[in-house]
Amino acid sequence: MGLGSLASRALRSSSSSRVLSTNPRYNLIRTIVSTPELHKPEAATEAASEPDLPKRTPIAGARVHFPNPDDVIEVFVDGYPVKIPKGMTVLQACSVAGVDIPRFCYHDRLSIAGNCRMCLVEVEKSPKPVASCAMPALPGMKIKTDTPIAKKAREGVMEFLLMNHPLDCPICDQGGECDLQDQSMAFGSDRGRFTETKRSVVDKNLGPLVKTVMTRCIQCTRCVRFASEIAGVQDLGMLGRGSGEEIGTYVEKLMTSELSGNVIDICPVGALTSKPFAFKARNWELKGTETIDVTDAVGSNIRIDSRGPEVMRIVPRLNEDINEEWISDKTRFCYDGLKRQRLSDPMIRGADGHFKPVSWRDALAVVAEVLHQVKPEEIVGVAGKLSDAESMMSLKDFLNRMGSNNIWCEGNGKYLDADLRSGYLMNTSISGLEKADCFLLVGTQPRVEAVMVNARIRKTVRATKAKVGYIGPPTDFNYDHDHLGTTPETLAAILDGNHPFSAALSTAKNPAIIIGAGIFDRQDTAAILSLLNSLSAKFKNLITPEWNGLNVLLLNAAQAAALDLGLIPESDSGMESAKFVYLMGADDTNLDDLPKDAFVVYQGHHGDKGVYRANVIFPSTVFSEKEGTYENTEGCVQQTVPAVPTVGDAREDWKIIRALSEVCGVRLPYDSISGVRSRIKNVAPNLLRVDEREAAVFSGLLKPEGSGKVSAVPFGVTVENFYMTDAITRASKIMAQCSALLAKK
Amino acid sequence: MLARLASKRLLEIRQAFRQSPQTIRSLSTALNYVSSNLCFLASKSFDLDSTGGTCAFSDFIDLVCLFGVCVQHIDTPENNPNVPWEFNEANKPKVNEILSHYPSNYKQSAVIPLLDLAQQQHGGWLPVSAMDAVAKVVEVAPIRVYEVATFYSMFNRAKVGKYHLLVCGTTPCMIRGSREIEDALLKHLGVKRNEVTKDGLFSVGEMECMGCCVNAPMITVADYSNGSEGYTYNYYVREHHKLHYYPFSHFNEDITPKRVVEIVEALKRGEKPPHGTQNPERINCGPAGGNTTLLGEPKPPPCRDLDAC
Ligand code: SF4
Ligand code: FES
Ligand code: FES
Repeated sequence: MGLGSLASRALRSSSSSRVLSTNPRYNLIRTIVSTPELHKPEAATEAASEPDLPKRTPIAGARVHFPNPDDVIEVFVDGYPVKIPKGMTVLQACSVAGVDIPRFCYHDRLSIAGNCRMCLVEVEKSPKPVASCAMPALPGMKIKTDTPIAKKAREGVMEFLLMNHPLDCPICDQGGECDLQDQSMAFGSDRGRFTETKRSVVDKNLGPLVKTVMTRCIQCTRCVRFASEIAGVQDLGMLGRGSGEEIGTYVEKLMTSELSGNVIDICPVGALTSKPFAFKARNWELKGTETIDVTDAVGSNIRIDSRGPEVMRIVPRLNEDINEEWISDKTRFCYDGLKRQRLSDPMIRGADGHFKPVSWRDALAVVAEVLHQVKPEEIVGVAGKLSDAESMMSLKDFLNRMGSNNIWCEGNGKYLDADLRSGYLMNTSISGLEKADCFLLVGTQPRVEAVMVNARIRKTVRATKAKVGYIGPPTDFNYDHDHLGTTPETLAAILDGNHPFSAALSTAKNPAIIIGAGIFDRQDTAAILSLLNSLSAKFKNLITPEWNGLNVLLLNAAQAAALDLGLIPESDSGMESAKFVYLMGADDTNLDDLPKDAFVVYQGHHGDKGVYRANVIFPSTVFSEKEGTYENTEGCVQQTVPAVPTVGDAREDWKIIRALSEVCGVRLPYDSISGVRSRIKNVAPNLLRVDEREAAVFSGLLKPEGSGKVSAVPFGVTVENFYMTDAITRASKIMAQCSALLAKK
Repeated sequence: MLARLASKRLLEIRQAFRQSPQTIRSLSTALNYVSSNLCFLASKSFDLDSTGGTCAFSDFIDLVCLFGVCVQHIDTPENNPNVPWEFNEANKPKVNEILSHYPSNYKQSAVIPLLDLAQQQHGGWLPVSAMDAVAKVVEVAPIRVYEVATFYSMFNRAKVGKYHLLVCGTTPCMIRGSREIEDALLKHLGVKRNEVTKDGLFSVGEMECMGCCVNAPMITVADYSNGSEGYTYNYYVREHHKLHYYPFSHFNEDITPKRVVEIVEALKRGEKPPHGTQNPERINCGPAGGNTTLLGEPKPPPCRDLDAC
């Protein structure tokens, strides 16, 4: 929340005003402390006439929308007038005015608790300081954030908070990024009057991810509100009262949520910290790299914190359109998988069945030789779940040059066609789901397939009581839903109109249908898609000029880009007749049909499933070590940024393929990543528009009517184990612990 | 260097524990002292191996828990979530009656009266499974009920005796010597706080101000000897003799611990000692030896001299 910088700013401003108070320019630099000079009208006009001085910018990008021009009210924060919509709190008004109010319990995305009292400000005509987070701003209110009363109130609250807070900052993992530390520096006193003994609280066991040191808790209840409001697990509570108050579950219970790691971020003190990260590093030793996550198709925005060559932790980054400020536990804790079971050298399987490390030159030569011996139609290429667009482009180009067009991406199935982007994207967009008032989930379990999408749906359901219908095997939901059926036939019944949910769908203003990518593996994919097509023809509200409610929820990071690039198998019988298989990080491809004498090249970063059948291994890099383009399920293109150096002799995927193409004598025409990107520009120009969501041009799935009948086979569970879905997470010890707990349940 | 100092100090304190006869209060205070001391030392010595520091720390925390300071529930054979619990037939209509007081979309408002009913049904205390049953009735997650039940000290979350003796611990009573009374009770009964005597007759707990401060110190006896059916927590219903006040006199401080033991003995014999002040010289909350003020008709307020203004 930037309170660290807040503290330093406060310190800086106080020292600068002391030292430089003779210089009027410095007095005009506005930080959270408003100098008395600024209250004078002359000072204000002077500020206005000097445009090069920093403008008062809203804190943390606070935005104001005026839904209704009549609802605008004006309040004064330290004498500055600000216009805000009705219903904002005093604290929000202050942040729009550029004044950051210290806080512990208030959090933008949680309900207001008002129990820490750190946000006290003075309001003219109010006899006592008011808790700004819980006080609605009223027209004409004169808010004062920097008066002696406000300062004294904060100091007093701080003294109370520190009363029972242990002095264990040197052994606390939150040290350096602790709101309490920062704010006590900025607003606290240099001594306390408490001479009694401090209380101690028993630590709770919240599972393998969250470490608790409950004595440090300041009872802000953010974690309790997060668990019940965002994560939807009613496990945590505030027990006891007065000085005996504790956070806990009362009965022995683990917090079983796929979002539980976020309590680490929202806990303002070191009461809830990351267990795997405990005592590993100090936050100021870490280098932050802003990148994206690839463990699912959502592309959550993350920051990889690394020290030297090692990834130390992963934390979320704010992106209102995708993950808000949360990430799933898989995203956050898979990082130890980046270091384990890595392939670091090119290897060739010898006659004895063992792998022998060889040089790149030898490995490439062997593969090139084999490639020249097979017929072009016997060559198959499979891109893995985690592949970036650049490597998929080069794989396709390379195999095309070798005469084969049998290249696909894991998870996209045989029956999908990629002609229309709207047929495989989340057309409503993730943030757009918030406008939906009726959901129909078909063959998808968003809670494990795309946690952040599920969090959006839950948010919507909580806010608007939107109806949720679900067709698929029984599964866990953390919001109210109707389980309508398990087979595609239910969908047909809804289309016929003799299902109770048809009425809900037709009366909804913005209905959203979400189809899981799991259906791509079914025989009747085309029939289901055409059913949905007729559904959108019948329910006119599904697709209107403003609203597109037909969505496909993809499973893997590579899927959308692969379809954009046209990685579609040419023939149905790819594997049975293959003599040469190029697995680019593909670990979940079924190789049972593969003839015994086929030659398999595995290019990947982990010694995972794909390695078992491989004849040659090319080591490549993981997402934290390379620059790569990914497109998420809603069609938003984002890039990863290398955070740490790669291990051993591993190389980036596209470079390996480029090198191989040269050895094979079909040199690919690009030598740099920008070269690959200009090639991508010809195929899928949208993949170059980074951080933009490119909506599909045509809406609807536009499938020919009557492409077969849907079968009565029930929809399957696509993600069996949320914690282990790809090579990285399968290599992770932390994820293994979580899966063990999952299995125990 | 400092780390070694810290551990030496720790040892000393541990030894001090072993020697002294321990009461819960002094122990937990001492523990607090140790842990904060440890923190303090740790914070000063950056070279203190951090895991070592926390290990010792969690040792102490375990101890604290052993002595019943924590709110967390600990499974026992008679109190765990798997013990079946339901409102009995007699109470079922009462449950519906209580629910009918609240709008149907705010069922959770009924949680306190329902917990109370459950406590009465279960002989004065609330097992976890009773809280779960209440949660089911009011349709909220169990933790929301645990929060309420742990907040109010009148919900007993552990077994109580037939006579639950509640010593007032609030300031006026404490100043008038409630600690000594508690000590006398605990010593006489040979139990710790919130523990039931072997015969199942008595348990001692603490309560907050009952508004009898004028007769401080006082204890309350929650009497379950007539079975839980007739029990009510409404202590104003004194004629039912369900709950008694035993306020002790101001003036006989030195004999109060003695008197409390006498009351316990009387209860043990099945007698019903008279409730109210235990100072024979006082009537209810009047002063000893009769009234000292308001002896006659009070004078009416003087009228304002209208001419003067
Ligand atoms: S554990 Fe952290 S988030 Fe939860 S109440 Fe305590 S301080 Fe707040
Ligand atoms: S932030 Fe306002 S009371 Fe906690
Ligand atoms: S303080 Fe004990 S009754 Fe009031």
